[in-house]
Amino acid sequence: MNALTGGNYTTADGRKIGNTMMEMKNITLRFGGVVAIKDISFDINEGEIRAIIGPNGAGKSSMLNVISGFYNPQEGEVWFHGKKRPPMRPYQVARQGIARTFQNIALFEGMSVLDNVMTGRLTHMKAGMLSQMIWKGKAEAEETANREIVEKIIDFLEIQAIRKTPVGRLPYGLKKRVELARALAAEPKLLLLDEPMAGMNVEEKEDMSRFILSMNDEFGTTIALIEHDMGVVMDLSDRVVVMDYGKKIGDGTPDDVRNNQEVIDAYLGVAHD
Amino acid sequence: MVHDSSASAGLDTLPRLLARNVAKYGDKPAYREKEFGIWQSWTWSEAAEEIEALALGFLTLGVNEGDHIAIIGRNRPYLYWSFVAAEMVGAIPVPLYQDAVAEELAYVLDHCGARFVVAQDQEQVDKVFEVQDQLPAIEHMIYLDPRGMRKYDHTALTKYEVLQEKGRADGDRVELNRRRDLPTYDDTCVMLYTSGTTGKPKGVVLSNRNIIETSKASSEFDDLRADDEILAYLPMAWVGDFIFSIGQAFWTGFCVNCPESPATMHSDLREIGPTYYFAPPRVFETQLTDVMIRMEDAGRFKKWLFHHYMAHAKKVGPDLLDGKPVGLADKLKYKLGELFVYGPLKNTLGFSRVRVGYTAGEAIGPEIFDFYRSLGINLKQLYGQTEASVFITQQPDGEVRSDTVGVPSPGVELKIADNGEVFYRSPGVFVRYFKNDESTADTKDAEGWVATGDAGFIEESSGHLRIIDRAKDVGKMADGSLFAPKYVENKLKFFPNVLEAVVFGNGKDYCTAFLNIDLTAVGNWAERNNIAYSSYQELAGHPEVLATMQSHVEEVNASVAEDPMLSGCQVHRFVVLHKQLDADDGELTRTLKVRRRIIEEKFADILGALYDGSSKISTETEVTYEDGRKGAIKATLDIRDAAVVANQKVAAE
Repeated sequence: MNALTGGNYTTADGRKIGNTMMEMKNITLRFGGVVAIKDISFDINEGEIRAIIGPNGAGKSSMLNVISGFYNPQEGEVWFHGKKRPPMRPYQVARQGIARTFQNIALFEGMSVLDNVMTGRLTHMKAGMLSQMIWKGKAEAEETANREIVEKIIDFLEIQAIRKTPVGRLPYGLKKRVELARALAAEPKLLLLDEPMAGMNVEEKEDMSRFILSMNDEFGTTIALIEHDMGVVMDLSDRVVVMDYGKKIGDGTPDDVRNNQEVIDAYLGVAHD
Repeated sequence: MVHDSSASAGLDTLPRLLARNVAKYGDKPAYREKEFGIWQSWTWSEAAEEIEALALGFLTLGVNEGDHIAIIGRNRPYLYWSFVAAEMVGAIPVPLYQDAVAEELAYVLDHCGARFVVAQDQEQVDKVFEVQDQLPAIEHMIYLDPRGMRKYDHTALTKYEVLQEKGRADGDRVELNRRRDLPTYDDTCVMLYTSGTTGKPKGVVLSNRNIIETSKASSEFDDLRADDEILAYLPMAWVGDFIFSIGQAFWTGFCVNCPESPATMHSDLREIGPTYYFAPPRVFETQLTDVMIRMEDAGRFKKWLFHHYMAHAKKVGPDLLDGKPVGLADKLKYKLGELFVYGPLKNTLGFSRVRVGYTAGEAIGPEIFDFYRSLGINLKQLYGQTEASVFITQQPDGEVRSDTVGVPSPGVELKIADNGEVFYRSPGVFVRYFKNDESTADTKDAEGWVATGDAGFIEESSGHLRIIDRAKDVGKMADGSLFAPKYVENKLKFFPNVLEAVVFGNGKDYCTAFLNIDLTAVGNWAERNNIAYSSYQELAGHPEVLATMQSHVEEVNASVAEDPMLSGCQVHRFVVLHKQLDADDGELTRTLKVRRRIIEEKFADILGALYDGSSKISTETEVTYEDGRKGAIKATLDIRDAAVVANQKVAAE
């Protein structure tokens, strides 16, 4: 393991990283006879940007799905804020303050950007159905308060110009940003990003990196991300987990990982003699 | 000569005008800005309080009289306030172009020796940090938007609101009152850097007299009132924005509205519905192109309705606007058109309430100009310069044409030199170029006449000024005939397909041209004709696009040939460039004017091919991305020959 496990360290750029927020203990996930994740343990500290990398089919997305409660592993334990998490449905996990974006954009295409982002506030809305229907008292006040938060996020991600545009009419890069806005609208403690930069051009990637960094800086959001662009991963993340064929083959700072022979082999291939 | 009426009324500095506005219009909105989806507004009283707090904050930072305070960012009320706050403490505001790259900023910051910088956001702050080691004079930066800067070292960095709070708490009010009373009518109001079509930018020093006399005269010329509304969206470093959003706003007390972001400008325009509006020709052009593209997607009935009534508007609209007599039937039909087409269209464009609209900077195509005027929008042209505090000539209501720039503005005298160069003298004439007496003497003579650098003539029938070209660009062809590139370029650019054109031929046997396609218009055409393309470069090199361009060039040649004086300027050979000319690559100025000499050097190989008879040229061009990184694009370009019309004079002999 590496020295930074357990949290409470200061990064090179002066950010304070807090206690361990989430701990995955010996997770194994099987689909029938296929073992997607094999006995993996790692942790995520408060305020950290944590990357999960690995070649195709390494089990990265499955890992993210375990964290988000979409899959329940056959073996192993998930600890969140010092407590063991029982098997949960994704909506229950969302209420705990974990939000995510998807590898393949999952937005409501026919709805406006604003409405899409508003759906991210769902877990924070308490007004009953009756109150919502007659649009009096609690429901109205709640909508106003939520709209304010949503507008701040729209401003933060610089998507004011498309506020009223239906999502279906937007280009890919902007849809990705809207999805991020929706995840952010939930005011998550832990944000899971599944390939936030897939299919983007250089400029869009830079914008997205900037948003991820400022999100972490501005709102103190802890971020776990999967990404293929190594340049981006090494620049953004504080610590990196490397997976290959469902196993963990490396864990540490970007520099540690970059010099890890097993990781190099996994990426570049290795000669069998 | 110079009228000192306003000076005698004690309204001779911006802070004094501010005090007048607080007394007269205290509860009226002075500024609005859309933020978080809602229009926030500040009355003149509230704005004055904010400005004073900032001025007091400046005092706590140790701003001295005569210091330069650089202001970098997009149009926001807070930044407009910093101009006035700077003046309150006796400092000189220097706005800079927000999209300038770090080295460009470094030159200007170093030249004016700014000790303080007010920057909008992290992007601007970072740019200054990047070049700070070359700028020992800079002591402190103030920023508006804190995003991303939480962990920055704040010893020489303060948030705008924090500085205001500090000013309110610890600012020396006695000192502020002392400094506020010091400036006179002839002290510096602002220093603006020219965009620098040639060479390094020059700092134009404008006095309170320049700004206030000009604002007063131009406000009276168009009867601007306190209940007018403008949308401030043009670069703050440009003299026009300073006159419209500060000078005229302070003089008349009208409200300045700031868009939410540059990208939302059009929807914000629609929401505000300004009564007084300025836009460069390019903006009007883009809007017209958008309208036409959308009309092509409309149903047949709507299309018919639009074209039917637009044809009618073209016939009688301009006459109605100029108050000329129009038949009753035509008037009624125009009223119907207003109901069905013109009204809704103006509403969509955000022009429903425009009482006075101006365009300037470049020539505007007659079709574009007439389109807006026929809708009943009072669009006029003006001719101006930073050195003149904008106004040299402008068109009075009822005397508007697309090919002139109007009569001399109030208080302006004009004269035309023997070589055709236009000279002017006015109360708005700048004081000097900062730290550049040589250029000052070159531009302004002892009697106060200023050379515009433009060649033109005064039309005898109307007394209106017509501009042909930049004086230094006007040259001679090898056979001695007149070479006026801009004249031809403008004709080319009037085609919606052509975004930019650069014509060469000074001292040569014949003229040639570089063309840039307009991606919106040509892309739309490609889509309609099922022409697939993957990049700008591919579309620009498509044989059908080249054929269309050729027909445009030939049409222009025919029209140029009609003027015997200029018929030598017909374009014999041309090339459609593989990249869009861009200010980031230094090919255009920040105000998007062509930098002829730089283009000539950069594309020397292509230019050579235009004159050596080859039909193709392979080239590699360096491009700069928005983040300042560089790359290169390779292309093989087709060179086309265009038909020319024989010189009619020769033909007649």
